[in-house]
Amino acid sequence: MIKIDCPFCGVRDHSEFSYGGDGSIEWPALDASASDWVTAVYERDNIRGKQWETWHHLYGCRQWLLVERDTLTHEIHTVKLAHSGCGQLSR
Amino acid sequence: MSATRVDGYGWSLGAATLNFSWDGTRYQGREGDTLASALLVNNVGPIGRSFKYHRPRGITSAGVEESGALVTVGQGDRRDPNVRATTQTLYEGLQAYGQNAWPNVRYDAGAINNVMGRFFAAGFYYKTFFGLPPFDTGSGTGVWMKYESLIRKAAGMGSASTAPDPDHYEHAHGFCDVLVVGSGPAGRRAASVAVQSGLNVWLVEQDSAFGGTDLSATDNRQQLIGQSIAELEAAGVTLLKRTTAFGLYDNAVAGLLERVTDHEADPSPWLPRQRFWTVRATRIILATGALERGYAFAHNDRPGVMTPSAAATYLNRYGVLAGQTICIGTNNDSAYRTATDLAKAGAVVTLLDARTRLQHPQLSDAAKAAGVNVRLRSLPGKALGRCSVTGVKTAVLAGREWRAQSRIACDALLVSGGWSPVVHLLSHRGVRPVWNETLQAFLPGETSEPISVCGSAAGYWSEQQCLDSGEAAAHDAVDAMAGVTGTATISVPLGWDNPIAPLYALNIDTRSGQTKAFVDLQHDVTSSDIALAHREGFVSVEHMKRYTTLGMANDQGKNGNVIGLALLADALGTAIDSVGTTTFRPPYTPVAIGALAGPHKGSHFRPLRRTPLHAWNLAAGGTLIEAGLWQRPWYFKQTNESLEETYSREARVTRQRVGLCDVTSLGKIAVQGPDAAEFLDRVYTNPFKTLQPGRARYGIMLRDDGMVFDDGTTWCLSPTDYFMTTTTAHAGAVLQRLEELLQVRWPELRVHVSSVTDQWAGVSVAGPLARQVLEQCVADAETVSDAALPFMGVIDTELQHAIPARIARISFSGELGYEVYTPSGFGPEMMTQLWTEAQAVGGCLYGLEALNTLRIEKGHVTGAELDGNITLQDAGLGNMGASSKAYVGSVLKDRPELRREDRPSLVGLSPVNTSERFNAGSLLYAPDKVGGHPIGWVTGVTFSPQYDHWIGIGYIEGGATAWPTTDIVCTDPIRGAQTTVRVSTAHRYDPEGARVRG
Repeated sequence: MIKIDCPFCGVRDHSEFSYGGDGSIEWPALDASASDWVTAVYERDNIRGKQWETWHHLYGCRQWLLVERDTLTHEIHTVKLAHSGCGQLSR
Repeated sequence: MSATRVDGYGWSLGAATLNFSWDGTRYQGREGDTLASALLVNNVGPIGRSFKYHRPRGITSAGVEESGALVTVGQGDRRDPNVRATTQTLYEGLQAYGQNAWPNVRYDAGAINNVMGRFFAAGFYYKTFFGLPPFDTGSGTGVWMKYESLIRKAAGMGSASTAPDPDHYEHAHGFCDVLVVGSGPAGRRAASVAVQSGLNVWLVEQDSAFGGTDLSATDNRQQLIGQSIAELEAAGVTLLKRTTAFGLYDNAVAGLLERVTDHEADPSPWLPRQRFWTVRATRIILATGALERGYAFAHNDRPGVMTPSAAATYLNRYGVLAGQTICIGTNNDSAYRTATDLAKAGAVVTLLDARTRLQHPQLSDAAKAAGVNVRLRSLPGKALGRCSVTGVKTAVLAGREWRAQSRIACDALLVSGGWSPVVHLLSHRGVRPVWNETLQAFLPGETSEPISVCGSAAGYWSEQQCLDSGEAAAHDAVDAMAGVTGTATISVPLGWDNPIAPLYALNIDTRSGQTKAFVDLQHDVTSSDIALAHREGFVSVEHMKRYTTLGMANDQGKNGNVIGLALLADALGTAIDSVGTTTFRPPYTPVAIGALAGPHKGSHFRPLRRTPLHAWNLAAGGTLIEAGLWQRPWYFKQTNESLEETYSREARVTRQRVGLCDVTSLGKIAVQGPDAAEFLDRVYTNPFKTLQPGRARYGIMLRDDGMVFDDGTTWCLSPTDYFMTTTTAHAGAVLQRLEELLQVRWPELRVHVSSVTDQWAGVSVAGPLARQVLEQCVADAETVSDAALPFMGVIDTELQHAIPARIARISFSGELGYEVYTPSGFGPEMMTQLWTEAQAVGGCLYGLEALNTLRIEKGHVTGAELDGNITLQDAGLGNMGASSKAYVGSVLKDRPELRREDRPSLVGLSPVNTSERFNAGSLLYAPDKVGGHPIGWVTGVTFSPQYDHWIGIGYIEGGATAWPTTDIVCTDPIRGAQTTVRVSTAHRYDPEGARVRG
């Protein structure tokens, strides 16, 4: 069972969280070109090893998190809040 | 076989006599017996019939590795198949049955398969039944599937009850610093050291008693075990017996199955049958022991063949001497102690040892002193007898060849080919076991996870080694939890006094192929099947496993795995370590589906959501229906009405007068903050910055890829406070999406969103008399006048008795309509006020069915239309996409393919013959090409009281204008219906919208 150390709630089971998607995407501006949007929406690396993901603490604080997870071992290396304005918060 | 109870043995037996039945015959056992020990001592004959050949089978072990004595326990809805008799505690009145046999396991007609056995090698069925008459039309999978249903009846084991499971099961969660699996000497020592160091320790044992190998020891250790368990308990260790750690998962999480009442004759109805534990540990210590394996030789599956350790357990723990004249075959030291025990208990024992000499003869000398006839360079080469062992043909080592020698009469044959550490749980973590040539065993591999292995599971055979390794594992855990690493070491030598001799198969039969030598008894996999797999190219161990089914099902590689690997290595001319192993997967022993489901069944399968008007709706005669998790009113039936008559009346009355419908389940989200308008403007396809306080607007959200995500109205309460409604189905997903956008993409926006769905009760008041009803209910009738509350207007006001209300003039039905919300607690009172006035003017209550009728007549879309593959244009909502601003999905919605004119788009459908009806889900075809890929589909149908015939809504290529006069074929191949329909605009009722503005 994957456990995620939520910056607000502490170590919790992954069943409290909802997987979002690729956390490394640089989202284009809403009026960016179609090719920028195609890249952002469809073009994904299939990483073997560490990758950044978004997870939502759905049954907890409802914060979206950026999680650095190893796709091979399920090890979680880093967890931080996705909202940059909350970056200075720490337990 | 002639097993007997021996006085002075049987450390775990109680005084009481227990009655039980086997295949309908009454027998007696003793308190403390397992079903297996009781069957053994009663000499009942064959206990099982094998999977494929229907060969008679007996008890082969005394534990979870049992592959012969698989039986059915219980009757009716409590019939439990494939129970290992070796792990089933005997209780008064237990009923057990043989399985996979007709008429019974003693005389099984299916044994004809054994005569035909040489045709039934690995892959026989698959090779034979592709394209054989009578199902030989066509080929491949379809043909196979027809035969498979017949073959399944002939092969297999017990059959489960098809009645609902009458027992209940519990899910539980546990937390600890150290979880110790196994209560043998190593596990108990580890638990003891860990708890003395101040850690929170759990110790779990799959057996019905704590003690592990101590339970089967030569000397009576009951007192020793009892004392050590009492000490652990006093120190605060959580002790669970009859509890199997069946799987290990990420982050030291273990799945446990506790069998709470399976051993009881009359279980309390207040206890669960089994308890499914999820235990989150910080460290795990595996003291899971080792399993003794046999080797493949002719007829090694005969009833009466078992492992020496099993015979020792039956003697010492249960007081049952497995036979009177016993022959033992071994390649290692462990069988000597058993031979000594059996001889002392009165059996005539011959021990055949494959090894040529013993450097350390102490064990051998002790056995000889007890009267055991010990022969070196010898082995059992073939078991004699049919339904039980009557003797062995011995083999002797001549040079490097094993040759048939003489016959020995015996009524029990014990064979040991070595010991296999139980590395299964570590294998669940993806850790490959490592072959140890000295021990002829796979040992646990290295892992970086917080798991240590001790005792014989780590390859320590002697008691002192096991205790030392248990202590070392505990120190490891203590140090790791204190942040120190690598302080504890253990440097005891592995192995036996006399080295084990490799032994996996023995073939002394000159007529090769005539006799079967089994590698995996449970699946009837023989040594020649392994050879066949190799000949046919299945040389990878994973392929060999799947081709032969070696080690599958509930055996999970406990017995035959190592033998199979050794035979494959031999065929390949390579070493076992280069062949590798298959991966063990959870569960270690079977877990009942009921235990996995736990309490999540029936009405507890998922959460139930009731609106605050639930009781009110029921009292008013409503029939409810599930809509997602919600219970919503379906229809309000009057006496003698059919469903169709009911919803037609409700729709008609609503169109002519007024109707009330509970719409509480719609998602409601408070969108608040200084940037709320900017946020809504980015989220919705149409402009929201221009929305003024006191006004509502219909909006559509797209996904990033430009497809429609959800729709609903959003009400502007103030420039910083908006009340968003969503569809019932997407309420959760929309909130999650809004949170994602605010937190991940646009952190600069000062907006907060929160679900207020449960805070408000909502009712739709629709129909030409809706305003008249509202005027009677609001404190000041003027607040709902056309001028004060125009179409798409919103007010916060009060109903009678100062009940707060938020009213928006919006319509889903196409009539003059309002949605009236009040804080949930006031819901029933609001409903009563509105219903009193609606009744006075001849109104009605309506449910989901009439709601659907009204919206199909009007051409409004729901989840059936917005299925995730639909663009704004497809849904006929192209004008909702603002060109003056950018919003989520605005770029990708304009991809050329999505703008094609011939994409399916929303239309209304009517049957040409108006007396006909048609079905939702039907496919649409042009009359000249019926079949294949359709040109459209039907998303919803209803009988329309407005048009007095069935109408539908759906999608068709090019939309209504592409097929103005064509008769479209509407087929429902699943229900076998076909109708001719015409397409029209979906917006057939009041397309100008005059009525909503009335």
